[in-house]
Amino acid sequence: MREITFSSAIVEALKEEMRRDHRVFVMGEDVGRFGMIYIAKPELWKEFGDERVRDTPISENSIIGFALGAAITGLRPVADIMFCNLMTLAMEQIVNQVAKVRYMFGGKIKVPLVIRSSLGGLRLAAAQHSEHLEAWFTHVPGLKVAIPSTPYDAKGLLKTAIRDDNPVIFFEHQLLMPTSGPVPEEEYVIPFGKADIKREGRDITIISYALMVHRVLKSAEAVANEGIQAEVIDLRTLSPLDKETILKSVEKTGRLLIVHQSCTTGGFGAEIAALVAEEGFELLTTPIQRLGALDVPVPYSPVLEDYVVPNEQKIAEKIRGMVNQ
Amino acid sequence: MKGQPKMMLQLYRTMLMIRRFEEKAMDLKARQIIAGLLHLYIGEEAVATGVCASLRKDDYISSTHRGHGHCIAKGGDVSLMMAELLGRQTGYCQGKGGSMHIADIDLGILGANGIVAAGMPISGGAALSIKMRGTDQVVACFFGDGGSNTGAFHESLNMAAVWKLPVIYVCENNGYAISVAQSRACSVRDIYLRKDAYGIQGCAVDGNDVLAVYEAAKEAVARARHGEGPTLIECKTYRWRGHYEGEADRTYTYRTKQEIEEWMEKCPIKRFQKRLAEAEILDQKGLNQIEKEVQEELEKAVQFAQNSPFPEPQEALKGLYAE
Repeated sequence: MREITFSSAIVEALKEEMRRDHRVFVMGEDVGRFGMIYIAKPELWKEFGDERVRDTPISENSIIGFALGAAITGLRPVADIMFCNLMTLAMEQIVNQVAKVRYMFGGKIKVPLVIRSSLGGLRLAAAQHSEHLEAWFTHVPGLKVAIPSTPYDAKGLLKTAIRDDNPVIFFEHQLLMPTSGPVPEEEYVIPFGKADIKREGRDITIISYALMVHRVLKSAEAVANEGIQAEVIDLRTLSPLDKETILKSVEKTGRLLIVHQSCTTGGFGAEIAALVAEEGFELLTTPIQRLGALDVPVPYSPVLEDYVVPNEQKIAEKIRGMVNQ
Repeated sequence: MKGQPKMMLQLYRTMLMIRRFEEKAMDLKARQIIAGLLHLYIGEEAVATGVCASLRKDDYISSTHRGHGHCIAKGGDVSLMMAELLGRQTGYCQGKGGSMHIADIDLGILGANGIVAAGMPISGGAALSIKMRGTDQVVACFFGDGGSNTGAFHESLNMAAVWKLPVIYVCENNGYAISVAQSRACSVRDIYLRKDAYGIQGCAVDGNDVLAVYEAAKEAVARARHGEGPTLIECKTYRWRGHYEGEADRTYTYRTKQEIEEWMEKCPIKRFQKRLAEAEILDQKGLNQIEKEVQEELEKAVQFAQNSPFPEPQEALKGLYAE
């Protein structure tokens, strides 16, 4: 199978869906001639022009509000918020409007709207460009949240998001953009709410998503040499959440570690921990553990950043600690 | 005026329907038959009526927390509205929205809104959709003097202007953002002057003169339909009631009784009634007839609402996502 980058997979998904459905269009800051800041591929604009690949002013709240207005009057917008710290500027529209209008209005309208945003920070991007705010959006009923870790998943999930009649927050990790992986030429979509078991194992279940999946896999390889068989699950979507796959795996391993890049307190790991504590407590042989970033803003200096964000060594230590108790 | 008596009577009837609807709601709230928050439009009827009279059925509006008048003027069903205020299954939103979230997409009503100025970007998006779909619809976006101080106002007017979108921005300047007088919160006395910041057309009108509002809106609608972009119309009017029903004890801390009474003298309905009488379009008999019809329709609406069941509790879990 051919290999393409994560960012190419995103562009391909958008291109295919825009060709397939004339109601689909892209709007956001620097999406046109610049081809999106973290992707920098102006192919979409070259094919579809200013009208359907619409550069906007720096007006995040209105990018979302305008996209919402278009979505409830017959179009299927894909709004681009450059990176997730800028989602804070659009929270009014996302939380009060996008997530709620269908429900508040009695279920009579559809909101086919995708909000794409990047997250996680390039190295040395510091506190205002490195946030990982996915948990915020899982706390708001009415939003779906997708967060792929591979080019294959990015393309298949984005196509599903665009065809969904509900609002989807779609996160793309900035460090994954240049990474490559197999993506078939032929058409495919990936359903929401289906986690992907990246590695099978009997000793410990490790739940992760986005960039951290790759770090977890490396750590799992490292501890495999020591005889520890870790099962690694990539959630792919947080809302809806594939509870079944999580619980089934914990039933097999008896141990649960959750790894994410967002800071630990109030992170999505807490939700998974609560789920397993409520619905699978008797399956556990050892206490659930979480490994997220330390609870500080992401610092600039590489020494500090490495200290704060989970890496392969920290993950491996955590695994050893839990299995070799 | 003499040339179009039918339309004049319709304007009158719509304003009266809004007034009487609000009075009914006020009464039901006082008797706790309506439990939720109510922001009444009494005194401002000419704005929604004049603007919506300039629109077609397939045009859109976005509304505010004080939205009953907009909904009625755009053709909303008063029975479904009343049932929603009472939290019943038969209401516009099946009891999930209440007063601040009534919408009727078939009538182009993109929703009342509980967040000040939040309808502004949404109406801009509807206008963008119109432009991209290539129809000649327009959007009327209602907001208040308070809303004109938000970031959403600035972002929306800038984007609508730069993309030449068919929006009529209707600022209902009723003098107060809850308790804060416009003079204490707004950098300009005339909000329509903010048009110059966006290079768009705009004007101020007497918001208690339904014909003045209608004429200004008609001009703006024509511009919008012809691809000439948005207009900012400031309608100077006044809210007779408190910010919300039940505010009475606080009203005189931020405005005087005298001020309220002076504005009540400028009642948009009485004024228009007088003009219709002078133009011999509406005599006492005709007046009584309209009053009777409006009252009957609202009686039916209240009965419909009161006779309607509350939703089953588990209905709360339905309708969040489209299948």
